[in-house]
Amino acid sequence: MFAGAPQYLVSGLTQGAAYGLIGLGFTMIFNTTGIINFAQGEFVMLGGMLSVCLLGAGLPLPLAIVLACLATAAIGGLMERLAIRPIAGAPAVNAVIITIGVSILLRGGAMLAFGKDTHALPAFSGTAPILALGAAIQPQSLWVLAVTLALLAALKLFFTATIQGKAMLACSCQKKAASLVGISVARMALLSFAISGLIGATAGAILAPITMTAYDVGMMLGLKGFAACILGGLGNPFGAAAGGLVLGVLESFGAGFIASGYKDAFAFVVLLLLLFVKPSGLFGKAGVERV
Amino acid sequence: MKLPVIGQNAAQAALFLLLLLAVPYTLPNEYYLSICILGALNAVIAVGLNLLMGYAGQVSLGHAAFYGLGAYATAIATARFGLPIPAGMAIGVSLATVVAWVVAAPTLKLKGHYLAMATLGFGIIVSIVFNEAVDLTGGPSGYVGIPRLALFGYEFASDHSYYNLMAVVLTFVVLLSLNLMKSRTGRALRALHVSEKAAASLGVDIAAHKRFVFVLSAALAGLAGVLYAHYLSFIAPASFGFGFSVQLVVMVVLGGMASVWGSVAGALFLTALPEALREFEDIDILVYGAILVLTIMFLPDGLAGGLSRLSRRLRRLRRQGDAS
Amino acid sequence: MRVKAILTALCALCAATCAFAAEPVRLGAVLSVTGPASFLGEPEKNTILMEVDKINAAGGVLGRPVEVVILDDETDVNKAVLAVDRLIKKENVAAILGPTTSGNSLAVMGKAAAAKIPLISCSAAEKITKPVNPYIFKVAPSDRLAVARILTHAKAKGYKKLAILTVSDGFGQAGREVLKELVPAEGFELVADEVFGPKDTDMTAQLTKIQGASPDAVICWGTNPGPAVVAKNRVQLGIKTPLYMSHGVASKKFIELAGEAAEGLLLPAGKITAADKLPDTDKEKALLVGYAKAYDERFKAPVSTFGGHGYDSLHLAVKAIANAGSDKPEAIRDALEKIQNFPGIGGIFSFTPEDHAGLGPDAFIMLGIDKGDWVIVGQ
Repeated sequence: MFAGAPQYLVSGLTQGAAYGLIGLGFTMIFNTTGIINFAQGEFVMLGGMLSVCLLGAGLPLPLAIVLACLATAAIGGLMERLAIRPIAGAPAVNAVIITIGVSILLRGGAMLAFGKDTHALPAFSGTAPILALGAAIQPQSLWVLAVTLALLAALKLFFTATIQGKAMLACSCQKKAASLVGISVARMALLSFAISGLIGATAGAILAPITMTAYDVGMMLGLKGFAACILGGLGNPFGAAAGGLVLGVLESFGAGFIASGYKDAFAFVVLLLLLFVKPSGLFGKAGVERV
Repeated sequence: MKLPVIGQNAAQAALFLLLLLAVPYTLPNEYYLSICILGALNAVIAVGLNLLMGYAGQVSLGHAAFYGLGAYATAIATARFGLPIPAGMAIGVSLATVVAWVVAAPTLKLKGHYLAMATLGFGIIVSIVFNEAVDLTGGPSGYVGIPRLALFGYEFASDHSYYNLMAVVLTFVVLLSLNLMKSRTGRALRALHVSEKAAASLGVDIAAHKRFVFVLSAALAGLAGVLYAHYLSFIAPASFGFGFSVQLVVMVVLGGMASVWGSVAGALFLTALPEALREFEDIDILVYGAILVLTIMFLPDGLAGGLSRLSRRLRRLRRQGDAS
Repeated sequence: MRVKAILTALCALCAATCAFAAEPVRLGAVLSVTGPASFLGEPEKNTILMEVDKINAAGGVLGRPVEVVILDDETDVNKAVLAVDRLIKKENVAAILGPTTSGNSLAVMGKAAAAKIPLISCSAAEKITKPVNPYIFKVAPSDRLAVARILTHAKAKGYKKLAILTVSDGFGQAGREVLKELVPAEGFELVADEVFGPKDTDMTAQLTKIQGASPDAVICWGTNPGPAVVAKNRVQLGIKTPLYMSHGVASKKFIELAGEAAEGLLLPAGKITAADKLPDTDKEKALLVGYAKAYDERFKAPVSTFGGHGYDSLHLAVKAIANAGSDKPEAIRDALEKIQNFPGIGGIFSFTPEDHAGLGPDAFIMLGIDKGDWVIVGQ
């Protein structure tokens, strides 16, 4: 009965790390602007597709990935500058609809630019599986986990040791107070979109060797990322990462032990039950309301 | 002489109905009628969703599920169990209502994005059930053989007759919503949107009011679902997924929050837009996205807000013209 | 006075041009050019565009050029219904090609039949032509034929216990139904029945579970990219159990996606997939190789069976118009039903009033993958 458990755990953690990274991107933008960015999944798609495209153009893999992530960060920044900032002051739901519009644009643009085919990226260090504890681990899974941890550490450093990071934290606590002490809230919003683009694209690039990528993968991944950051408690980057891991493992165990067709349903049922018991997620602060 | 509010609503609705019934005679081709029928179906859901979102301030990213529950219930009841169509329709609307009532209690305690996530999760669970319960729903390839709508011995066989029916249903839903919002309940809903604490201190039963409007909007989505199933004679899970839930929210916001007429406009606009953009062939998706973004940027109160601003400006211009 | 003169001149001009250029034969097509099924719809559209040019360069049909109005349904059932409505009521087409997917075909069949317009679906579901609707035909081979091909191969290998792993969309569901019926009926034991979502990115959980049931072989039914993930996960888990794929991945794209993990996999496929590997004695070889070459030159993309459905639906419609000597929908329908031994990309088509699918079991060959290329392992 529990024979497959180690394997399910490994698969779940890999998937979950990716969900967590995507959730991290949501959190960055939400904290500084209060917006749920529906285009977050498209950043993930762009990270994967641009890497594939640049690799195809003859660049070495590491360079292709770095460039793809930077380009996506630039797109994130542009999105804030062109579509989000002009409507500052409008209700948050308007901004959310704008992000839906932008996600349609990015998806459509990617379809026209890269075509409708699915593409695979080569694994960073081979595909020979590592056998441990009754589970087969892909080297790429280790990459995913390692990059996720590295990004989390970098963010931690950013928020605690840099002036920009502290300013951004200030924005998330109290926008008005932040602007009164001389922090440019608009610049912080721009920065948060760019960082979010960077994180999303990184997730897309490191996942592409395992899951492959196409112009339309963004929506589903974005959805899972959103679920991850709600599960962990909105506004808490480390909660989002943890929420992602929990979600991934839930899905994997659901597929293994219940019925594979209902694995997403299983994960969402657990998520709903959890919200009913703990209305602000696993690590969210109760009573915080930002609508 | 000024009509009482209810009378004003009735007069507006009667005018709206006349306008809708006249539309088919102005269309150059019967093909446009199919778009109008789908538009009217979406408008019924959007008006209901706006009661929840625009007036009561509660987000739902799962309304496609209620639409689907209505459609599948009547499909299974009539095509599989051979029940008469009115019975199937009643079952469809009731199922959406009952499920909404059950879901509402724990869900509506959540706030903001958590509520959005919970409704989203509910919608996804329902659409997975549509996909996986193959024996009951026919699975991803869809449910065939649903009878075309017939009531009291009259079959709505032609698109024109179905359109007329939809015009009447939509008018009825609009009138119901207009009157509701002018009623005591409507005022209570708006109050709780602004501040739940203030509304509660005035004696409004917050939980009961939220639940009422959630169930009402789900019932309207269920109604649209049964009418959709008996119009198309075929349904598939893909029509009731997350994407459609998002589209419904876009219709409401694009039309204008807290405006019944805005939701009608938003639904008709977003249903017709992709058909109108067929001329652009490959880049239609880009044009669609751009129109969405630009509309929200330049009409922050949606189509309804934009229209009322336009009419105000026209009136001012006319007054200036009269004065000079 | 002057206005009237201009009008008269215009009328004369119009009459003159009309007399010179014969009015085109108008056909319509509803294809999933975008959306989840675009991997089917796009090659279908490309093929139809290419073949229309070829037909017109050769003088058209009945001395008139052929014109195909292609509408994209975005793999959305509502859009497919609207598109068919538009073709029938606004574009006044004589026959409809497509839709691409089974669901959309089932949804629009009633509309076409009610308007008495023949429809040649590019999708595979058996429900489309069973029971036979006088106006509805299809060109994609039924899944039943592909499953039978796999089971024949498995039987020859002496396998007893089979496991299935199917995608939870229309394609996978149709395959799963046939598999669950034929696997026991052919004397095999079905030891595991797992599914995965069309957008799922990891199937190790399902494969682990299947391994627990120790089957002799696994049959995976899906379209890209899911099966490529399955193939990769299989290698990753070190599973040696033989793996069959479906014709849903019968294109070079799959080998590209799965990479080394594709080695040794088996699948049933239309002959077009490995046209150049067919023996020269094969009667269809010249046609298939010609089409593959032309497609590759024009669109710079490898040919697939799916584009072939576009070819077959268009050429069958044109052939019927030529045979009938008329482009009246009723006449096209009657002529379609009489077509015999028509060589298409998907196989040899013979329609009868009882059979509107028209293909025999020889539509599929069994292919293996070796060093990144196809090998024919069974005709």
